[in-house]
Amino acid sequence: MNAAVVGLGITDMGKIYGRSAADFAAEAVALALDDAGLRKSDIDGLLINGNGNVDMEPRLQMALGFEDLTMLNVMSAAGSTSGAMVQYAALALDAGVVSHVVLVYADTPLKEDVGAAAAYARRGAWNGMNGLRGAYGEFGGNPPYALAARRHMHLYGTTSEQLGAIAVAQRKWALMNPRAQMTKPMTLEDHQSSRLVVDPFHLFDCCLVSNGAVAVIMTTADRAKNLRQPPVYVRAATQAAPGDNQRSGRDPGIHTGAKRASELAFSLAGITRHDVDVLELYDCYTYTVLVTLEDYGYCAKGEGGAFVEDGKLGPGGSLPTNTGGGQLSSYYMWGFTPLSEAVIQARGQAGERQVEKNDIVLASGNGGVLNYHSTTILSKHAA
Amino acid sequence: MPPDANVRSQRPVPTPDEASAPFFAGAARGELMLQRCGACGAFMWPVRPRCVECFSGDLEWAPASGRALLYSFAVVHQRYPGFDEPYVVATVETPEGVRFNTSIVGAGPEELEIGMALEVVFDPISADVVVPKFRPAP
Repeated sequence: MNAAVVGLGITDMGKIYGRSAADFAAEAVALALDDAGLRKSDIDGLLINGNGNVDMEPRLQMALGFEDLTMLNVMSAAGSTSGAMVQYAALALDAGVVSHVVLVYADTPLKEDVGAAAAYARRGAWNGMNGLRGAYGEFGGNPPYALAARRHMHLYGTTSEQLGAIAVAQRKWALMNPRAQMTKPMTLEDHQSSRLVVDPFHLFDCCLVSNGAVAVIMTTADRAKNLRQPPVYVRAATQAAPGDNQRSGRDPGIHTGAKRASELAFSLAGITRHDVDVLELYDCYTYTVLVTLEDYGYCAKGEGGAFVEDGKLGPGGSLPTNTGGGQLSSYYMWGFTPLSEAVIQARGQAGERQVEKNDIVLASGNGGVLNYHSTTILSKHAA
Repeated sequence: MPPDANVRSQRPVPTPDEASAPFFAGAARGELMLQRCGACGAFMWPVRPRCVECFSGDLEWAPASGRALLYSFAVVHQRYPGFDEPYVVATVETPEGVRFNTSIVGAGPEELEIGMALEVVFDPISADVVVPKFRPAP
């Protein structure tokens, strides 16, 4: 693809109150422009990650002061939106309809007097069949992902300790990430003794909730060469949405769109999964990482638990994964958490946690309850 | 007043809409109603505008058997208004070929096994609204 990431802006993350999403977004964009060595007037494309926040709408353009855009949209494919945005931006750059595109995520779910779980268990009107969820106490993402994880445990013998190995590995990475919200070491015992949130998930199986913003700037591969940062080329950007999930004979929580999205991405990039040096996998829950590794083919279906339990995802392991700590331990910006860390690693700017071999870096996105997937393959080498 | 009545009164109550009215009307008279394709016979959940198999617009509602198998379950330990934690959210699969989330009654989390046989019961959660739940089949 004729596209590269040339700018990255990440605000402070976490319990930062009293600021709007638009305010965070503006700061992230300013940081990304400075990072890239670009001016606001260079930007002619804006893709906004729709996430339910009232600021993440087309009028964000006005808040940011962008003028004369030739590409503007709010994109919404839940946690796979980041990958979809990279895909659309790359296609638009290649088509010549735009020259410099900002991709932005911002949210402020945390309020000073509201717990994280309540912040995300949005209490809408309980209309129609969807209203049954309220009647059954199915609030937020925890129950449906826990249902998928329990099913995997039933079918394959996956254990909570194996899920814990993912959380422990990511915490080790987070301790080397100055941006990470979680700053204390975690042992497997810590994971096991953390409170049950929705069994089989303990607290440390679940992502954080963060206030903050991330902005990414993309341009064409040719323009990228003359900017401030080492270019990070988009080698492939794919999506897969398998569809209806409540049918007998289908196991959507076990077999996800990650398989189709990754096969297409590897094929388009002309690589295999063995060429990937660093994985940044969407990790709303530990289980999401496990099932994605299986569907990407790093191990057979059902063997994800045994695959991760030796710690190979952590620092010094054979498959460096979620090297900034991920959404479990660094910050929760939906798909912009894996995407931002992928750019940092591909540039070679991850400091203490930099993975030595960083030729190919993969970022995934995931949304709904394993309904929507995106695979983004980035490289410091142009195709 | 039963001891948990005040807690229960805080639970969200679904508001039936046009698409879901046959489902809630069925529950009110003690029938689990599912949407079915008049052309190919496929059952659907929750409510679809067209058949998910053959895309026919000829959809109808039909009573289901009321039987199901436990597909998966999760035990909620978080505290929400109207619920005494821990409580179970379950996915059940019916012989009609649909799968949906529901509550399990008549059995604690420790008594649940994936694959166990369940049957529907109907719980009047407000003066107007009845919702189906499931319990272990005898």
